[in-house]
Amino acid sequence: MGRKLLLENINVPGINTFDVYRQKGGYRAVEKVLKGMSPEDVVEEVKKSGLRGRGGAGFPTGMKWSFLAKPEGKPRYLVCNGDESEPGTFKDRYLMTYIPHLLIEGMIVSSFALGANTSYIYVRGEMMPQIRILEKAIAEARNAGFLGKNILGSGYDLELYVQPGGGAYICGEETALIESLEGKRGNPRIKPPFPAISGLYNCPTVVNNVESIAATVPIINDGGDEYAKLGIGRSTGTKLISASGNLNKPGVYEIELGVPVEEFIYSDEYCGGIANGKRLKAVVAGGSSVPILPANLILKTLNGENRLMSYESLADGGFASGTMLGSGGFVAFDEDQCIVRNTWNYARFYHHESCGQCSPCREGTGWMEKVLHRLEYGHGKLSDIDLLVDVSKKIEGNTICPLGDAAAWPVASAIRHFRDEFEWHVSRPEEAMDRNYGLAHYADPLPKPEAVAAN
Amino acid sequence: MLKVSNTEEIVFTPELITKFNEIVARYPEGKQKSALLPILHLAQAEYGWVSTPVMDKVAEFLDLKPIEVYEVATFYTMFFLKPQGKYVLEVCRTGPCCLVGAEKIMKYIEQKLEVKEGEVTPDGLFSWRGVECLAACGMGPVLQIGPEYTFYENLTEAKVDELIDGLRLKTAEKAQII
Ligand SMILES: Cc1cc2nc3c(=O)[nH]c(=O)nc-3n(C[C@H](O)[C@H](O)[C@H](O)COP(=O)(O)O)c2cc1C
Ligand code: SF4
Repeated sequence: MGRKLLLENINVPGINTFDVYRQKGGYRAVEKVLKGMSPEDVVEEVKKSGLRGRGGAGFPTGMKWSFLAKPEGKPRYLVCNGDESEPGTFKDRYLMTYIPHLLIEGMIVSSFALGANTSYIYVRGEMMPQIRILEKAIAEARNAGFLGKNILGSGYDLELYVQPGGGAYICGEETALIESLEGKRGNPRIKPPFPAISGLYNCPTVVNNVESIAATVPIINDGGDEYAKLGIGRSTGTKLISASGNLNKPGVYEIELGVPVEEFIYSDEYCGGIANGKRLKAVVAGGSSVPILPANLILKTLNGENRLMSYESLADGGFASGTMLGSGGFVAFDEDQCIVRNTWNYARFYHHESCGQCSPCREGTGWMEKVLHRLEYGHGKLSDIDLLVDVSKKIEGNTICPLGDAAAWPVASAIRHFRDEFEWHVSRPEEAMDRNYGLAHYADPLPKPEAVAAN
Repeated sequence: MLKVSNTEEIVFTPELITKFNEIVARYPEGKQKSALLPILHLAQAEYGWVSTPVMDKVAEFLDLKPIEVYEVATFYTMFFLKPQGKYVLEVCRTGPCCLVGAEKIMKYIEQKLEVKEGEVTPDGLFSWRGVECLAACGMGPVLQIGPEYTFYENLTEAKVDELIDGLRLKTAEKAQII
């Protein structure tokens, strides 16, 4: 069994209440920082832990914190990103539902480290039940003296509020989130200035994912060095993986980074294999925005090494043969799934969610959706496939925020790895309406690296 | 029942005003615009949708120009800009849920309610629509019903029957009591 840091007590009855959470050692990290550490000490521990942002980009949290500007006379803000809208990702919902005090505790520790006296948890509006849960947890923590004025007699004040979103994926992007929290449309801002200099109400602001904030609790309790001992290489610690699709046991799993992908999919400790006795066709490993890989490439790298659940191993091979850990949204496709249909579905998602500020993203996502729709419904042309690649290239890198890239990558990677399936949709449209392409060679053993090079 | 037409004068109840004021107090002085999304959610829960008069009234309360409210309400998909059924079934239509049968569930709901996506049943009780990922992919197919956004997971046709029939029965029973 891998070590659990966030979900260790998840099965303890009543762990969602303050009393049980406290009995199990909860709020020790708050006591530790308020009674004996300076904000700089806390930042230092987080730096030592090697924690990387769990929201998708994987940027080192301690380093992000150290960029926060500290001008005289201006408040600083910590905003927790609980927008969780990346298809395939549902770990933050799980954490907020079942162990809300871990997030509250992390918010207190992190706010103290950043010198923030008012902090917000921005939760997507559809998670109204989770918003109620967090509000209740905040009230409990306040009653116990862990929030409000002069917490534990330390002189440190903190107010914590939950803010609902309105149903817009783009508000997960940190500057769109800030706009939304200011009561505006979720249009991402042009960077620089970065939020660390000018964020919420033009004040220095840090935006962190729910899981990143929660991870500061074990980091403070055990020390950054201890945390860094877990995991592999620069992928330190544990990560929550949201597993969905055609798996025997979909759900949220806390893994120590570095677990082999094969073990994650097939072992009983984790997903227990592919559902209904089918075979694995493809995986989207880090949320809908990351490149999709066929079964053979997700299980092994081109060099024949086992692929591991870590930032580096999943990225091995670049976009030619690798992908990204992203937010840890792990979606498994069985042999009966249609890659063209799924790619169309994702393209529709990004088109729907584009905020519309940049023409490459606004127009390009719509164009890709349309072309993929006609391919899926049997009236595509062979030239459509290259057209899609072309449009995706014109979006990539040419937009204000990374949603454009996130829309381009799934399309480009699906064509890169599953081109024959797209071509089949053009050459055999009636058949493609009737049945699925199936597994084809996607699960075959990989050719030897030399053979690939010779091609 | 819908409480407002597009022309009626809106008066927020004292309870609602108290809640609005509590929300405004969360933000620094002069930043009351931050309260807009939470207040629109409360207004929608009260009236079933956000009509222009409701938006105008919210603008007045927050000391904003009406356009500042319109541009926000039209950006976010959770706000209904026209009347809906009493229960709006919002089914996730995104990739991961489709791998486990969301499209079939949507077809089934359409057949059962006998209305197209976005339309209201003649009794005013239901409408339905597909929405993008609800962050519950491991429990798919899923649907939610506002204004409390109650969640229904691992949907099957039988579960949909149970849910819709249950809501119909509940409404019929309430009508008898009244
Ligand atoms: C389109 C888009 C959507 C995003 N959605 C989320 C999200 O739902 N949750 C999240 O934590 N980060 C999301 N991010 C990443 C945030 O911009 C930001 O990097 C993150 O919240 C920082 O926190 P972290 O460093 O703790 O990961 C998104 C980014 C983009 C471009
Ligand atoms: S890339 Fe798309 S979502 Fe991002 S700012 Fe531009 S139009 Fe908006």
